[in-house]
Amino acid sequence: MIEILPDKCDFCGCCVGICPEDAIELKEAEISISESLCTNCSKCIWACPIEVLKFNRNGVGKESDEKGI
Amino acid sequence: MKKEYDIVVVGAGPAGSMAARFAAEQGVSVLMLEKDRDVGYPVRCGEAISRAGVAEFIDPDDKWINAVIDKFAMVAPDGTEVIIPLEDIGYILERKIFDYELAKQASKFGTEILTRAYVNGLIIENDKVCGVKYEFRGEQHEVRAKIVIGADGVESRIGRWAGLKTYIDFRDMECATQITASGIPIDQNTCYFYFGKEFAPEGYFWIFPKGDTSANIGLGVSGMTGRKRSALSFLNSFMEKNYPDASVLTQIAGGVPCVLTLEKISAPGIILVGDAARQVNPLSGGGIASGMIGGKIGGTIAGEAIKKNKLDHILTYDKAWHDRLGKRHEVFDRIKNGIYHFSDEKFNNIAHAFNKVPYDKRGLGNLFKTALFNNPSLLVDVAKVFLVK
Repeated sequence: MIEILPDKCDFCGCCVGICPEDAIELKEAEISISESLCTNCSKCIWACPIEVLKFNRNGVGKESDEKGI
Repeated sequence: MKKEYDIVVVGAGPAGSMAARFAAEQGVSVLMLEKDRDVGYPVRCGEAISRAGVAEFIDPDDKWINAVIDKFAMVAPDGTEVIIPLEDIGYILERKIFDYELAKQASKFGTEILTRAYVNGLIIENDKVCGVKYEFRGEQHEVRAKIVIGADGVESRIGRWAGLKTYIDFRDMECATQITASGIPIDQNTCYFYFGKEFAPEGYFWIFPKGDTSANIGLGVSGMTGRKRSALSFLNSFMEKNYPDASVLTQIAGGVPCVLTLEKISAPGIILVGDAARQVNPLSGGGIASGMIGGKIGGTIAGEAIKKNKLDHILTYDKAWHDRLGKRHEVFDRIKNGIYHFSDEKFNNIAHAFNKVPYDKRGLGNLFKTALFNNPSLLVDVAKVFLVK
């Protein structure tokens, strides 16, 4: 599952423009990924200029033992 | 606020404000919605623009011009610096004030503006866009419009909801980050561009003067590069090496869609302008001037459509844009695809050749000939750019 680290996010919208599934919602300073729409394609992770997104195998909000993909 | 307007513009950047202004000028009712608290803030931009790019829309004003540019410095991977004088000047803007002024201009012509209004859906009836749904201070609202203009930036979703394919291939997105720092001892009339693997592979690194000793320092790299190393990591390395003691005044990120304009930028009841339509110059990544031009064309046509009571008229916007700038962007896009994969060695060779050209003869045509003459293999690249589709 792809996770956004809100403390690091600049809310710039780069990932929103990339997402082929329209799964990312960005307000002024709030951002979220729709679990039902996201296909874990990882393009948003690659495109984020400031390393705000990461892949978390165990799902969002849980500590992962493995590092990324 | 009314329940219905002739035109609703979503997004109050330069493209949105110009669309609103050129529509409102014709006496039609226009509402412009902005998701952020402030028009013009936060800035997501290197802030460079040509004099001519501004002149079409607003008289130059010191309150939003930080620096006047009369030359470029191209820095090759081996550190060779080539100074190129500009035929016409350019500006580094204070975007937060510039955008604000453009929005004020739109309001002067009768546009109503509402900030903190986050558009989260379209009203679609009989396959035609008839308005927008938006959230304002935690409450959901609707406003109807004969025409919706999507000026909602790189993150535009409005076009998608109307069935236009707007997402960007990650390879074509220039993923950018920038700081504004003080204590940067550069020439205040020069824009600096750095090329090569160390600075920004498949993109470029820039330093643009912002007045006194401050500067915008940033870079954009393709999502292809970002897959291995982020823009932030390149910026941090550069700053540690060159300006470890600089004070950082702002820190921003953003995506620049360095692609051709979308195949379709209009549909029944809706048009897209600016970054939302992918109207950025795909070679330079500059999008202020081209966005304002897109906004002007779109706003003018939308206003005419209302006046003539002929809403289909907005479907002429695609061609009007293509004739004015879209077809030129096709050439820029081919050049971009040619030079983005240049090796460091090739950049170095070109810089060395340029430096042999006398300063007063460094027009673009002359430099191009020099590059070809000194690097015959470039001919192959040029052929690829212009002949192979």
